Amino acid sequence: MSKGLERRKAIQNDPIAQFERAIEIREFENQINALFASGTIRGTTHLCNGQEALAIGLASVLRTDDPVSATYRSHGIALALGLTPESAMSEIMGKATGCCGGLGGSMHLCDLELGLLPTSAIIGGGMPIAAGAALAFQVQGNDRVAVAIFGDGATNIGAFHETLNLAAIWKLPVVFICDNNVYAEYSRINLTTPIEDLHIRAESYAMPHFALDGMDIDVVREGVQSAVDRARSGGGPTLIEAKTYRFAGHSRADQALYRPEGELDSWKSRDPLLLLEERAKKIGKMSEADVADMKVRKAKEIEATVALCQSAPEPTVKNMFENIWSRKVSQ
Amino acid sequence: MPAMRVRQAIATAIADEMRTDPTVIVFGEDIAAAEGPFKTSEGLLEEFGPIRVRDTPISEMAFTGAAVGAATMGLKPVIEIMFMEFLGVALDQLVTEGAKMRYLSSGKLSVPMVVRASVGGGLGFGCQHSQTLENWVAATPGLKVLSPSDSQSAYSLLRAAIQDPDPVMFLEPRVAYAERGEVDTNLKMEIGKARVVKPGKDLTIVALGQMTNVARQAAATSGIDIEIVDLCTIVPWDKKTVFESVKKTGRLVVVEEQPESGGWGSEIVAAVSAEFFGDLKAAPIRITCPSVPVPYNGGLEARFLPSPTEVNYQIDQLMATGKAPQPWWIREGF
Repeated sequence: MSKGLERRKAIQNDPIAQFERAIEIREFENQINALFASGTIRGTTHLCNGQEALAIGLASVLRTDDPVSATYRSHGIALALGLTPESAMSEIMGKATGCCGGLGGSMHLCDLELGLLPTSAIIGGGMPIAAGAALAFQVQGNDRVAVAIFGDGATNIGAFHETLNLAAIWKLPVVFICDNNVYAEYSRINLTTPIEDLHIRAESYAMPHFALDGMDIDVVREGVQSAVDRARSGGGPTLIEAKTYRFAGHSRADQALYRPEGELDSWKSRDPLLLLEERAKKIGKMSEADVADMKVRKAKEIEATVALCQSAPEPTVKNMFENIWSRKVSQ
Repeated sequence: MPAMRVRQAIATAIADEMRTDPTVIVFGEDIAAAEGPFKTSEGLLEEFGPIRVRDTPISEMAFTGAAVGAATMGLKPVIEIMFMEFLGVALDQLVTEGAKMRYLSSGKLSVPMVVRASVGGGLGFGCQHSQTLENWVAATPGLKVLSPSDSQSAYSLLRAAIQDPDPVMFLEPRVAYAERGEVDTNLKMEIGKARVVKPGKDLTIVALGQMTNVARQAAATSGIDIEIVDLCTIVPWDKKTVFESVKKTGRLVVVEEQPESGGWGSEIVAAVSAEFFGDLKAAPIRITCPSVPVPYNGGLEARFLPSPTEVNYQIDQLMATGKAPQPWWIREGF
């Protein structure tokens, strides 16, 4: 079994492993943020701090042959699905050892063994693709399920509405998950959208829909499982709205100074890491000392990953000309 | 060999591929029950059933993206964009998602899909249903772009497109749908290979789609011994065949159904100029449409499109002077 598949299996049911993965994602994002801030990494990045429970809950419920079409804010989803921190971080650093050979970057992670389709940097762009994957499963007559995960901003783009409608009339085995982290880029959702509960938009497409607490992994798992079960058994698509909160700005350049006072602190009181810690202590019988040890260990691991990735090889010029067409086309 | 209309050649090519390969599915607006607004999917629903032959809502973005997703999971979707202009709302899925899948997956994902679209003027559909718009898709590495000109090339190229592991944009000249021609269903045509449809020794015309027929009409009444190359594929275009022809004739005229700026013919002229600079007997030129929207009025639309008369005028001038003649709209002061 590959390291990625082992990592995926580890988080299926173990509350300690799930907590550990959440710490890993948080440490990973904090390191990425520091590396961008110091100019060590170029381009842009979109952090998922605050959205870890949704990523891990989702990954713990899906099979590895259920493809996930996700967005440019997917470091956490990729790590939750099993991508190794080395593979993700070296991709973000543009190294040959990255999951896209250093040609994708922060916004484009991919690992097909784990079901992670190339993540899209276009709002809503992954939604029709997930529906298409589900169409293939329906035609092939298998029981695989496709998942599209996207932000609240995507509910205002045409792809969202067209895809929901298409998936509904064709009864496709697909689960749509709106990760409503309250902000679409720099705009609070209420400034751009006349409704608060985005999942009700599925009502227009006669599609089952519900909201869930995206900060609580048990709630996420239960909700996603019910939608996956429906899709797998031929019951068609579901729209889930996971209520989360983006602790960071939209991207590297954004300090998120537009937040109402107290909003961030209020959400941080329900930080998924706190909830996962409580749960690991309660169900997994972790002690305070165990937790402290784990945090130190994960921080060290991610620090070591940074060092490892920094010394990894760069892609070659030859790589730039590969994998564009099925065979080389000279134009 | 049976004579088929171009639209029948297209439906036959799809049916033949669907019989050979159970992973081929087709969908688009009104292509199943109604058998296509241009009858290019006649008989498909009846033979292959509603799982593989589907009507879609008017949602080009969703169903183009669905083709991308289905292709990544092992199907070979053939989708129909009724008028090329309708791809505008779905371009993201083809250009930014579909064409990048192989690249971002380090070669692990293939996107074997065909986007068929009807293109071109001549039928009075006005400025939003008459463009060719090849340049929307010709500058995207990862895509292949084809355009047949008659029943044989429609049949053979479409089969090649469906079999191809890459996303293919298949531009069908709408005006040709009703044209009849013989089709040898055993004849294979390769993507990236042009056809010499009329040999000649004095001048090379490179044409595409319905302009191939315009070139034929021009050549039939010309005193010049013209060689006509039907390009068939814009990406990747067949440098070898074009270069061999120009090497022989020393003169190049590209006939393009496109506004003057940004057309595919510029690629041909640039490459030929670079390759044969100093050896050409005349300036390599393009005959295009003027850079205006396609007019609705029948008389104006006929002026808009390159005509056999204009092609012959340009060629006669070129033969006489060796210099690029002015296009008609400059000659007439527009």
